[in-house]
Amino acid sequence: MTGQLTVVVNGEQRRFSAPATLQTLLTELTLDPRTVVVEHERRIVRRVDLAGTAVAEGDHVEIVHFVGGG
Amino acid sequence: MADFADPGFVVGGRSFTSRLLVGTGKYRSNAEMTAALAASGAEVVTVAVRRVDLDRAHEEGILHHLDPARWFLLANTAGCYTADEAVRYARLGREAGFNEFVKLEVIGDQQTLLPDTDGLLVATRTLAKEGFKVMAYTNDDLITALRLEEAGAVAVMPLASPIGSGLGLLNPYSIRTIKSRLTVPVIVDAGVGTASDACLTMEQGVDGILMNTALAAARDPATMAWAMRRAVEAGRAAYLAGRMPAREVAVPSSPVRGMLD
Repeated sequence: MTGQLTVVVNGEQRRFSAPATLQTLLTELTLDPRTVVVEHERRIVRRVDLAGTAVAEGDHVEIVHFVGGG
Repeated sequence: MADFADPGFVVGGRSFTSRLLVGTGKYRSNAEMTAALAASGAEVVTVAVRRVDLDRAHEEGILHHLDPARWFLLANTAGCYTADEAVRYARLGREAGFNEFVKLEVIGDQQTLLPDTDGLLVATRTLAKEGFKVMAYTNDDLITALRLEEAGAVAVMPLASPIGSGLGLLNPYSIRTIKSRLTVPVIVDAGVGTASDACLTMEQGVDGILMNTALAAARDPATMAWAMRRAVEAGRAAYLAGRMPAREVAVPSSPVRGMLD
């Protein structure tokens, strides 16, 4: 059975298809895993582990990348 | 003589030939940034770690404009106000996967952007233990610089003047003192406004300069980058050449003997 769940991504509550992994979150957000770094519940998740990391209702996820800076 | 040939310097076991390090923030366009970077001759370019804007997810990150094969990307912890926060950003930057170097900033005050030196020391110790090569942005205080070296920093980066101020080198004496007392490279970070500032800074004997706003906020960033590159080279050469002593009295350059009666 599939449904939806709410995840806090970059400080915003967002709905995603359930069951979700970090990989499916990125896919739904149309983000390329090679260009971002993902932190799940304050723990950095390596790219190879994104697909194997399940995301639960209410989890906090941060998705960051490099921007211009000095 | 042949052209002045600078062998460069080594930071954390990695050698660099260009003593000019540049930031990538605040450019009016990516085209202006890439033109300035190319003209600067820099190898090291700094980048910041920030949230992806989810609603404009197709907007490009900086890596669409910077080839990691061409540039040595140095992630910073700009915007962090505590040691914990800076450590978190440093780990994220390392995970982005280019190298173990970090330009560590722990800011203590929003108005001046001066460093929180207590936080800086705590974060340096933590990150050095985790295998990071910490290049620590700090003020022009010798004691903090010595402590950062002892804490494991691979480079100490005292400011010339506050970040983004363009006020130039405010205290050549303290920068010179820091350079003379540290073993790790000293790279002046922040405050340089124009080419003469860069030259004067390099004349103090420091290993390099990191700048961002001086290029990004110039009317013509690529031309300013061209000037900065040469100012850094000239300042380094002048330092090595050893300047004449400054005197407050005139000394004739032409012979005083042999004058007609």
